[in-house]
Amino acid sequence: MELLSTSLVTWSRAQFAMTAAYHWLFVPLTLGLGIIMAIMETVYVRTGDEKWKHTAKFWQKIFGINFAIGVATGIILEFQFGTNWSNYSWFVGDIFGAPLAIEGIVAFFLEATFISIMFFGWNRVSKKTHLTSTWLTIIGATLSALWILIANAWMQYPIGMKFNPDTVRNEMYDFWAIVTSPVAINKFFHSVLSGWGLGAAFVTAIGGWYLIKKRNVDFALKSIKVGAIFGLVSFVLLAVTGDGSGYQVAQKQPMKLAAMEGLYEGKQGAGLVAIGMLNPAKKSFDDGVDPYIFKIEIPKLLSLMGYRDINAFVPGIKDIVEGGYPTKSGEVPLSFEEKKERGQKAIEALANYQIAKKEGRDADAANFQKTLEENYAYFGYGYLDKPEDLVPNVPLTFYTFHLMVVIGFYFILMFAVVWYFEHKNKIQNTKWLQYVALWSLPLAYLASQFGWIVAEVGRQPWTIQDILPVNAAVSSLETSSVVITFAMFALLFTVLLIAEVTIMVKQIKKGPDYSDNNIEA
Amino acid sequence: MITYSFLQHYWWFIISLLGGLLVFLLFVQGGQSMLFSLSKTDDEKRLLVNALGKKWEYTFTTLVTFGGAFFASFPLFYSTSFGGAYWVWMLLLFCFTMQAVSYEFQSKPGNFLGKKTYQVFLFINGVLGTFLLGVAVATFFTGSEFSVNKGNIAGLGAAGPVISQWQNPLHGLEALFNLRNWMLGLTVLFLSRTLAALFLVNRLDHPALEERSRKYVLYNGLPFVVFFLIFLIWTLVSEGYAVDPATGAISMEKMKYLNNLIEMPVIMAFFVLGVVAVLYGIIATLLKPKYSKGIWFAGIGTVVTVTMLLLVSGYNNTAYYPSSYDLQSSLTIQNSSSSEFTLSVMAVVSLLVPFVLAYIFYAWRALEKKRLSLQDLESDGHAY
Repeated sequence: MELLSTSLVTWSRAQFAMTAAYHWLFVPLTLGLGIIMAIMETVYVRTGDEKWKHTAKFWQKIFGINFAIGVATGIILEFQFGTNWSNYSWFVGDIFGAPLAIEGIVAFFLEATFISIMFFGWNRVSKKTHLTSTWLTIIGATLSALWILIANAWMQYPIGMKFNPDTVRNEMYDFWAIVTSPVAINKFFHSVLSGWGLGAAFVTAIGGWYLIKKRNVDFALKSIKVGAIFGLVSFVLLAVTGDGSGYQVAQKQPMKLAAMEGLYEGKQGAGLVAIGMLNPAKKSFDDGVDPYIFKIEIPKLLSLMGYRDINAFVPGIKDIVEGGYPTKSGEVPLSFEEKKERGQKAIEALANYQIAKKEGRDADAANFQKTLEENYAYFGYGYLDKPEDLVPNVPLTFYTFHLMVVIGFYFILMFAVVWYFEHKNKIQNTKWLQYVALWSLPLAYLASQFGWIVAEVGRQPWTIQDILPVNAAVSSLETSSVVITFAMFALLFTVLLIAEVTIMVKQIKKGPDYSDNNIEA
Repeated sequence: MITYSFLQHYWWFIISLLGGLLVFLLFVQGGQSMLFSLSKTDDEKRLLVNALGKKWEYTFTTLVTFGGAFFASFPLFYSTSFGGAYWVWMLLLFCFTMQAVSYEFQSKPGNFLGKKTYQVFLFINGVLGTFLLGVAVATFFTGSEFSVNKGNIAGLGAAGPVISQWQNPLHGLEALFNLRNWMLGLTVLFLSRTLAALFLVNRLDHPALEERSRKYVLYNGLPFVVFFLIFLIWTLVSEGYAVDPATGAISMEKMKYLNNLIEMPVIMAFFVLGVVAVLYGIIATLLKPKYSKGIWFAGIGTVVTVTMLLLVSGYNNTAYYPSSYDLQSSLTIQNSSSSEFTLSVMAVVSLLVPFVLAYIFYAWRALEKKRLSLQDLESDGHAY
């Protein structure tokens, strides 16, 4: 079968990656700062302390700047499934479209409606109504994260659907299985918590900056107080849900786990690489070259994390390609070649089914349908060519995974220290810690981006795990069109990012408005 | 009886309704397109920006929800039209992306591009956003060049695995070579400007701007009516894409859309009522110098008219997204919809819509107790 050109697939992926990465620069801050400013406003409403009101209002201003660009970068993502992944949209739209629609109906309107009261309502509605609106805004944002993450989780772990050879697509039969998929639940908590962690890092960093500059000290301390506790809790929970993600990946996407660890040859009682460097001379999964230049392992931890058993066998990339490795269930995994053969059989059966149906040979059609169903689990493998197609970019997945984890643990430590110093009223005089708080902020953004690189690069070549690879999912377009739209959006987003950052810096330098004239009489 | 066919019709109704709401809410875009011409001073411009700036997110969110709902209920449209008429949709998305930051950023220090640039962004979104949407929707009646072959993914097609293939290398821009598409594009542009003028008449506490807005109701209402009538009559007397309900085969039928109106008298009645309401809103505002409720009539009239027009394009055995390249590839609400199960799940979700409308109504009222004046901007912590 003739497949679409590699450059089209590459550029379509690049466009998706670029737009998603930009979008995810802003979303975590919305999620995290949203909760923080709502907590601050709650303290204001409960205590009546005007200083908390100004603190909350300042962060709401920052929230608004960030929110606008989050909205701007978001719209393309939704429509891009149609514009650039046309086959995908039909092949799984029956399942995938629903969470997107629910996101709009349930979440976006909540967000968009109450954010207007939050911004414009200070003098127009009561204190309590205003506070409720602030909470509803952030609840709306969080719900939108929920639905899009349910959709993403389904791509990584497709369930609750059945292939229909007449309509040539997957059709949903169990909505709740999709919504309550363990992958979805874990992904939701891990992603939202990462937003909370980033929001906390943001507030703490800016607080640190004010302390360095010895200005707005009261505001800075209030911000750090909320930021440190919120950050500590978030990052501890991130470690817990991160472990949950690792377990889910081991069960559903063993290749991703192998790539995350740079594990080529599987073993029993596998250790988790704590620090390591990959060997650039490693070119193929079966060239026998040692994949690491060096590594320090935590013994048995990978087996424990992936299978909840310190002696479990963790398959490496080579094992997954060659098949036949031991599994807990006793089932013997097929090799790539066998899966590919089964995938081709399924695709061929689908073609024959359609021809038979058209010609009215119903008995034949029923036979082809049976063959199709028997082999459907490997459908997507039929579009792949060689074993290497099955292997994601190992260095990218490996390094982003490990850096994300290291940064995550670093933040647990940092927030614990900040919280301790804040609690003992010492942070004001601890210069070095103020600098640490400030300069840690980029790390939070990096870790957040790395997380998505692990999740999305690590699952290549699949748009839908095992069912539909990228080369069968793209739209039929000229590569040049995609290159142009890529450039258009990359340029626009970059310009807007610069604008956002410079606006924020100005607002932060200006500081919270304590002489503010909007206080209700 | 909730049958598959009922659900398909129900969802086409929801899509049509969302389309109607979207076109009404495009008054924000219409206002943006008049940002430079309607205002004479910076203060006036600022007032316009702030009046529209409280509403832009509704339009934007409706557009996004329209897209999501279309995806969930008629995924073959999503894959065929978005993936095919690539350039029209990408340009639309691009100009909406520009809009999303422009209110928030334009008056903030350090905004990098300067206030004027963001206002130009709003202007571009105002003109292109409305016009292109009109052109795109016009193809629901005039047709596009694409083919759909589900066998492609199983290797049965010569052109590779993609099911929906656009057959014109311009990928959607070819719609601009059809005069009837232009008519609807211009209709939507001038309608949105008319609605914006009516909205401003209703919302502003600024006599000079209000007076000018009244004139703009006339300047934009007239071309709107002319373009609308041309598009409407042209479409009603043109051939349309009919579906044989027994076989699903598509054929050309003379005066199909007129026949649809005649065969669906309830839709025709609402359509006429909608048009009358729009015209009443416009004319009453023009004739009575103190009258400011025109936006209510014209707004609701727009929602109803557009909804009915979209129903006409898909109900009564009509292909709502026709292919002039290969008639049998045309999309109908039957052959392009989601499965019965998915449509049922989504139908349950759609029961939330009245609740959503209720809180939007509440929030709108809470913020719009009185007209917006320049003084309000001084005391508002979040003025643009």
